[in-house]
Amino acid sequence: MAATFPPTPFRREEGKIRADMKNRPPAARRVSPWADVIFSALAHGAAWLTLALLAGILISLVVGAAPAIRAYGLSFLWTSEWDPVQNRYGGLVMIYGTLMTSFIALLIAVPVSFGIALFLTELSPLWLKRPLGTAIELLAAVPSIVYGMWGLLVFSPILSRFVQQPLQATFKDVPLLGSLFSGPPVGIGLLSAGIILAIMVIPFIAAVMRDVFEVTPPMLKESAYALGSTTWEVVWKVVLPYTKTGVVGGIMLGLGRAIGETMAVTFVIGNFNQLNSLSLFEAANSITSALANEFGEAAPGLHQASLIYLGLVLFLITFVVLAISKLLLRQLKKREGLVA
Amino acid sequence: MSTSTLPVFSAAEAGRRRLHARRKRNNVVAIALALAAMAFGIFWLVWILVETVRLGIGGLSLSLFTEMTPPPQAETGGLANAIFGSLAMVTMATLLGTPIGILAGIYLAEYGQRGWLGSLTRFINDILLSAPSIVIGLFIYSVVVARMKTFSGWAGVLALALIVIPVVIRTTENMLSLIPNALREAAYALGTPKWRVITTVTLRSARAGVITGILLAFARIAGETAPLLFTALSNQFWTSDLAQPMASLPVTIFKFAMSPYENWQQLAWAGVFLITLGVLILNVVARTFFRNRI
Repeated sequence: MAATFPPTPFRREEGKIRADMKNRPPAARRVSPWADVIFSALAHGAAWLTLALLAGILISLVVGAAPAIRAYGLSFLWTSEWDPVQNRYGGLVMIYGTLMTSFIALLIAVPVSFGIALFLTELSPLWLKRPLGTAIELLAAVPSIVYGMWGLLVFSPILSRFVQQPLQATFKDVPLLGSLFSGPPVGIGLLSAGIILAIMVIPFIAAVMRDVFEVTPPMLKESAYALGSTTWEVVWKVVLPYTKTGVVGGIMLGLGRAIGETMAVTFVIGNFNQLNSLSLFEAANSITSALANEFGEAAPGLHQASLIYLGLVLFLITFVVLAISKLLLRQLKKREGLVA
Repeated sequence: MSTSTLPVFSAAEAGRRRLHARRKRNNVVAIALALAAMAFGIFWLVWILVETVRLGIGGLSLSLFTEMTPPPQAETGGLANAIFGSLAMVTMATLLGTPIGILAGIYLAEYGQRGWLGSLTRFINDILLSAPSIVIGLFIYSVVVARMKTFSGWAGVLALALIVIPVVIRTTENMLSLIPNALREAAYALGTPKWRVITTVTLRSARAGVITGILLAFARIAGETAPLLFTALSNQFWTSDLAQPMASLPVTIFKFAMSPYENWQQLAWAGVFLITLGVLILNVVARTFFRNRI
């Protein structure tokens, strides 16, 4: 087609026969406008569905727990009596169990994860990095029921014989530690659950720590090395201060996971609804294990409503912990310029 | 540099030597502890896997897949109804949750990069990803089981689908954002409407990663117990009707392992071995598949 400027509308030349390629305007392609609209609506709808899910979970928990909230109010959180026979409920034992096992888990998992992240980023030879990283990720992939069953049938007898009994014998007469290690050393209880939770949580914290250690600008580390720092000094004084928001975010992510873990804890915590002593060896209960054990048979009414109230408390704690973790990790990413 | 050739050391020199020795010692201790931490982590993985294989492989036999869950202290028995129930519910849940997850992931990567809905959805999604699965079970109980007045396989499917959705959203969004914009712009320049750009260009290029995400979600819900505890409950007998309570492998293991009966514990170990084998194989396959395709 002859190009003209300014463009003139096509005009078929009269009386002349021309080849189609030169004369006929390209067939107008009718692109249906509705396909785009429908697809966009589907995508937007899916996003709204996610928001609706969270709102739905919160609302259904509040509605289900309403009888218990009306009966007890906030005092549910510090009453420890749990009596299905007389219909009196208080959540302190479970909340204490959840917080205590998570605390023990973090106490063990944070230093170990830090060591693993340090090894993977600074010390390991290149050919070992990928297999070891995958091995740690496989630890996260193992289903929690495997941890629970292994914990109950393999780990707790060994814990009882080689850790709990010696600890009890050693600290028997020491005033505070003695009461921490009193109680039946049979391998179940808060300590067992805490240790198994630690093993479950290590891969999550280690993965986040490794990722944030790797985003430290190499120039900072190289400057420190150039001034004669040892590896440890570079990590402790350069990398860690730079990434500390990310590290704390990773720890809170691990805490969120530990708080919500059900099966591993249910197997080894002992499912005992009373809080008699400070002992770590006593059987106890956590929110998740109480729900797992009692909800299936709870009579509708105050028992079920109290259990759902516990579930609501758990969800709110997890929500807050995970939200803080997300904000901290986002803070680190902002510094890196990856996020607007 | 140092004055060590002179017979007399100054006090500053001695102090500096002590400092250097201390820094070196701290470094060696820290490295040793890091190595110990790594060994500690690997040790638990190896111990758990070895024990699972050792205790579970003895219970493997053909009857495991052909016979139903037995009463306590019975002579024979298997896990056929539990295995079928798990496979059925996990497959249905993945089929249900994947389209929703992919669509929401497409929204986050293609429509919602800026703006409040995108950021809010990303935030909520990350929270749902790590939310306690037993709370999901409670939600489905209140919404489905209490309404239908019966435990059912469909309630279990819904609970598992709610766990699949955040995983698929996260991986889909990550994979789609990796596709360079030049590819999209080339498609737009040829006059392709947006929905076709997304489906035939962007999603197709990212399909390896998206499939990996789906496989990982499948592996994750295969091992989940808590959401099934009060949605699908369990069933001693064979059923292929999803409207009935259904047995599933994790819940059956839970019931059998906490019991004092020998034959039940043996079956529980075999079940644990099956689940671990399946989940680990899926994870390794998903990762190598992704690495080879990308």
